[in-house]
Amino acid sequence: MVQFVLTRLLRAVITIAAVVTFAFVVLRMSGDPAQVMLGPDVPQESVDAFRRAWGLDQPLWIQYLAYIKSIFTGDFGVSMRDKAPAIDLVLERVPATLQLTLPALLLKLLIGIPAGVYAAFHRQSVTDRSVILLSILGFTIPSFVLGLILVLVFAVTLGMLPSGGQGTWAHTVLPILTMSIGGIGILARFSRSAMIEVMGQPFIRTASAKGLKWRDVVWGHALPNAAIPIVTIVGFMVGSLIAGAVVVESIFSWPGIGRLLVVSVTNRDLAVVQCILLIIAAAMVISNLAVDLLYGWLDPRLRSRAAH
Amino acid sequence: MSSVNLADRQLSPRPALGFISRIRRQVPVSVGLGIVWLAAMVLIAILADWLRPYGITAMDLTSRLAPPGTPGHWLGTDELGRDVLSRLIQSIRVSLVIAFGATIISAVFGTALGFAAAQFRGIVEHLVLVLADFQAALPFLIMSLAVLAFFGSSMMLLVCLMGFYGWERYARIARGLAISAGAQGYAASVVQLGATPARVYFRHILPNVASTLIVSMTLTFPEIILMESGLSFLGLGVQPPQTSLGNMVGFGREYLTNAPWIMLAPAAVIMLTTLAISLVGDWLRDKLDPTIR
Repeated sequence: MVQFVLTRLLRAVITIAAVVTFAFVVLRMSGDPAQVMLGPDVPQESVDAFRRAWGLDQPLWIQYLAYIKSIFTGDFGVSMRDKAPAIDLVLERVPATLQLTLPALLLKLLIGIPAGVYAAFHRQSVTDRSVILLSILGFTIPSFVLGLILVLVFAVTLGMLPSGGQGTWAHTVLPILTMSIGGIGILARFSRSAMIEVMGQPFIRTASAKGLKWRDVVWGHALPNAAIPIVTIVGFMVGSLIAGAVVVESIFSWPGIGRLLVVSVTNRDLAVVQCILLIIAAAMVISNLAVDLLYGWLDPRLRSRAAH
Repeated sequence: MSSVNLADRQLSPRPALGFISRIRRQVPVSVGLGIVWLAAMVLIAILADWLRPYGITAMDLTSRLAPPGTPGHWLGTDELGRDVLSRLIQSIRVSLVIAFGATIISAVFGTALGFAAAQFRGIVEHLVLVLADFQAALPFLIMSLAVLAFFGSSMMLLVCLMGFYGWERYARIARGLAISAGAQGYAASVVQLGATPARVYFRHILPNVASTLIVSMTLTFPEIILMESGLSFLGLGVQPPQTSLGNMVGFGREYLTNAPWIMLAPAAVIMLTTLAISLVGDWLRDKLDPTIR
C-alpha cells in the first residue's frame, strides 16, 4: 500500500513539474511581452529598461531557474499589468468561480447518479429513455450554445433572470444550469451502464439467491461495484472545478478565474497565466491522485496488484 | 392459365430484397438519418465554392439584419448584410477540414506513440505515460488558450494544435492492443519468420486493431468540432475574415436579442453534426468493436 501511494505521488510531482516547464517554455518563447505591454511606438531604451526590470534580458535557462526557485519560496511573480503579486490576483478570483462550479457539481451528483441508477432498474421505461436522450444532448450541445439559448429564453424572451454579471443569487441560476445540464447527462449515462453491467454479474445472483433483502443487494453489493467507473468521472469533474468555467464565465461575464485567464492571455500577462496554469494543473493532479487512492480503497484487487 | 400462374408464384423464390429495403433492415432509422446528414455535410464542404450564393465577405448594406425567409437571403443576413447561408456553408467547410485534419493527426500520432511504447517498453513506455499524464492534468481548452494567444492563431497552427486532442486515448488503446497482439500466435510467428518490427506493426498488428481505433476516431471527431468551435467562440480560434461555426456563434451573440438567427443557424449545425457522429459512432462500435460483443 505504501509503495502504491508513493508511486502515485511521484507521478503527480513529475506531472506538475512538466506543466510548470511547459508553461514557462511556451510562454517565454512565443513572443516579447515588452512589445505587447508597451506598444509598438516606444523608444528602444524603454523596451530595454522594461526587459531589464522583469529579467527578460537574461538567458532563458537562468530565467527558468529563477522562476523555479521563486515558486518554492511562495513567490509566483508579479502581474506586469496590475503590478500586484500574481498569486493574489488569481486567488481572489477563485471564490467567484467556485460559487458557480460547486453548486453545479452538487446538481450533477444529486441528479445524475440517482437518475442513472433509477434508469438502470427501469430499463426501456419513459425515465430510462429520457435519461438516454438527455445524456446524448449533454454530449452534443456545446456549453456556449446552451448558455446562449438559456439567455435567449429566460433573459431576453421571458425576462425572468439576468443575462450576465455578478450580484444576487438570480445571477447564478443560468450559469449553473448551463454547466450542470451536460454533466448530469454524462453522469447519468455512466451510472446507468455501470449499474446495468454490475446487476448482470453472477455475484448479484448469488447474493439474491442466498436470500439477502433486495435493498441489501443493491446497497451492499451492486452500488460499491458500480462505484469505480462513476468515481473516475466524478474525479474529473472535481478536478475541473477551477478550470471548467472558462466558456461559461465568458458568456455570463462572470468575474471568475476563467475570465481572468482569457483576459491575461490576451494581454500576455505571463506571471498570471503561469500561475493559473499551475493552479489548474495542481487541482487536476490532486483529484486524479485522490481518485487513484480511492480506487485502491474501493477495489482491494488493484491495491495488492500495485504492491507486487 | 390462372392455376399455372398461381403455381409459378408459389414456386418462385422469395423476391430478393431491394437495396433500399436491405439497408432499412440493417440500419436503425436514427443512424440512417445521421449518415444522410453527415454525407450532406461532407458534400457541402467539398462543393462549398459552388453552393455559396454570395461571397462570405460580400456586404449588402441595404438589407442588414434581414430575417430568415427574405428572398435572396433564405437564412437572413447579419449586421453587415452578409448572407448567413453563404457564411454557414463556408463555416461547415472550415470546421470540418479542421476536425478532419486534427482527427487524422491525433490518430496517427497517438497510435505511433502507443506502438512505440509497446515495442520498446522500459523508458519509452514511461515517457509516453508521463506525456499522457501531462495531457490529462492540463485541460485541453486551457492549454490551447495559452498556446493560441501567445503564438497568434493561424489555420495551420489550429489544425496542428487540435491534432494533439485525444492522442493519449489512441496511444493507450494502441499500446494495450499491441502488447496483447504480441502475445498471440500470428504476431509471434511473423517475428519468427524474420519480419522487421515496422512490418509486424503496420502489416499485421494495425489491420487487427484498426476497428477499435476507428471507433475512437468517431469519439474524437465531434469533440474536436466542439473544441474548435469553443475556441473560435472565445475569439481565439479561426480569425475573421475567415469564418467557422463557432466563430459565427461568437459574433452572432452580439445580436442575440434582435437577430438570433445569425447564431441559431450555426449552433443547429454544430449540434446536429455532433449528434449524427455520436449516433453513427455508437452504431459502428456495436458493429466493429469485438471487445464489447
